[in-house]
Amino acid sequence: MTATQISVFLENKSGRLAEVTSTLAGGGVNIRALSLAETIDYGVLRLIVDKPQAATQALARAGFTVTETPVIAVEIPDRPGGLAQIVGVLTQRGLNIEYCYAFVAKRGDNAVVILRVDSVEAAEAALGEGGARVLGSAELGQL
Amino acid sequence: MPKEPYCWDREIELMAPKALRELQSQRLREVVARVYEGVPYYRAKLEAAGVQPGDIRSIEDITRLPFTTKADLRDTYPFGLFASSMEEVVRIHVSSGTTGKPTVVGYTRNDVAMWAEVIARTLAGGGAHRGDVVQNSYGYGLFTGGLGLHYGAERLGASVIPTSAGQTQRQVQLMVDFGTTVLCCTPSYALVIGEEAKGMGVDFAGLPLRVGFFGAEPWSDTMRREIEAALSVDALDIYGLSEIIGPGVAFECLQKGGLHINEDHFYPEVINPETGEPVPAGQPGELVFTTLTKEALPLLRYRTRDLTYLLPEPCPCGRSSRRMKRVTGRSDDMLIIRGVNVFPSQIEEVLMGIEGTTPNYLLVVDRKPHQMDELEVQVEVSERTFSDEIVKLEALNGKIRKAISGALGLSVSVRLVEPKTLERSMGKAKRVMDRRDLGA
Repeated sequence: MTATQISVFLENKSGRLAEVTSTLAGGGVNIRALSLAETIDYGVLRLIVDKPQAATQALARAGFTVTETPVIAVEIPDRPGGLAQIVGVLTQRGLNIEYCYAFVAKRGDNAVVILRVDSVEAAEAALGEGGARVLGSAELGQL
Repeated sequence: MPKEPYCWDREIELMAPKALRELQSQRLREVVARVYEGVPYYRAKLEAAGVQPGDIRSIEDITRLPFTTKADLRDTYPFGLFASSMEEVVRIHVSSGTTGKPTVVGYTRNDVAMWAEVIARTLAGGGAHRGDVVQNSYGYGLFTGGLGLHYGAERLGASVIPTSAGQTQRQVQLMVDFGTTVLCCTPSYALVIGEEAKGMGVDFAGLPLRVGFFGAEPWSDTMRREIEAALSVDALDIYGLSEIIGPGVAFECLQKGGLHINEDHFYPEVINPETGEPVPAGQPGELVFTTLTKEALPLLRYRTRDLTYLLPEPCPCGRSSRRMKRVTGRSDDMLIIRGVNVFPSQIEEVLMGIEGTTPNYLLVVDRKPHQMDELEVQVEVSERTFSDEIVKLEALNGKIRKAISGALGLSVSVRLVEPKTLERSMGKAKRVMDRRDLGA
């Protein structure tokens, strides 16, 4: 049960982020979470949205380099050690987290973290066994 | 009668124009016979043009000969245009080709000796002589700059320090410690040396450095003034290309009013690059050379693609050789960066070889103050090469950088850019942005 992340290549020049967000707005797409990784020359914008397909289409039409990446959205208890517990489960299995970022919105008493791992299926299994709850796209869309 | 200048080879350099024409005519007959007899490719080329060696009687007949281009060198790679057997060839240098194959040039023992002679004239043209300490900061290796200047400076009787390029702090230290009087390097490296020296607290005004011979890349009179101020030298332009000999084809004397062509060895013409027709002295066009004396790789009417013009009037220095104006541009898309010839087609070829990469690129050449020329290759990220992970994008960047640097023999930087940001016009994209200020 993976979630779909939209990844966009962005050159470091002013106005590019604004163009992405207005393109999404124009397509009626709502951003649920985002993270921006940057280098000196460019950045990669990673988005969780309510309508991934519509988002990808709108961005591609607007000329952006965009891909869909499977990621894991996992609920974690919103208290000290919450994230450590989840990360610990994956580390024990030798699974590597490429990057992660958090949702702003909470789900009940829990926070939601997006994990990009090298093996999605193995990570899901590990998290399931570790007692963590993994969310699907539909649930994310309602957050 | 102008004052007789100090020069290396009085007999040739002060030769009356009529006698020089006779010498050139005789040598042209010899070189045409040599390629006709010794190079099947040239024999076929001459026959296709309907020319027999007997048709070439004087230097004026040169226009009857077909042109030679870089494509001819590529088609005969590596040694197909050599007119000497490999037993006679004692040196091989290599420079860039437009695609795939590099340009290979060979020298016999006599060629190497002639090369040293024309470089000795070049150095003497700037007042250098036996006993001078010559620091040669051109790169040694396949590039003709290092070894070319080296042999010529030794021929002159100077003490040569073969520093090659790089390790600038040590270069400056040797200049101070050894009392270097003559510097040979690219003009942009001269400015790097000047800047490094400044940082080290070295003032050239108090040092014996007197003259510099700068070439292998385009530069301007503005840059000359900058170098002269920074290094406290006379900065002279030298010109050459490996196909013809390497450095030593033409040189500036201390008049700094154009470059004297060693035309007893390299016969110059300027043509209209569109029609191939000769243009009169003073009119700009493409420079064409015929090697009159070379043994291993004689070339007839080689199209250099360099744009310039011949100066109609004789030089006040007294040398009788004709002069060419500083090269102002190219009739093809070749770039010269830190002495290395770069064709956009080479970069395209490398990109095509990298999985998923599109051949959409832009070359940006920059010359920041007191720095060497830099080449940045902007490559569009495609759907196939894009990754959400920075690590993978950086690996792609590194892979492209390594592949291009390896193919060109020049370190470049690579910048990944968004697709379709690179200008396209009429199907043929603009591939080069040269930000170097090369105006006068």
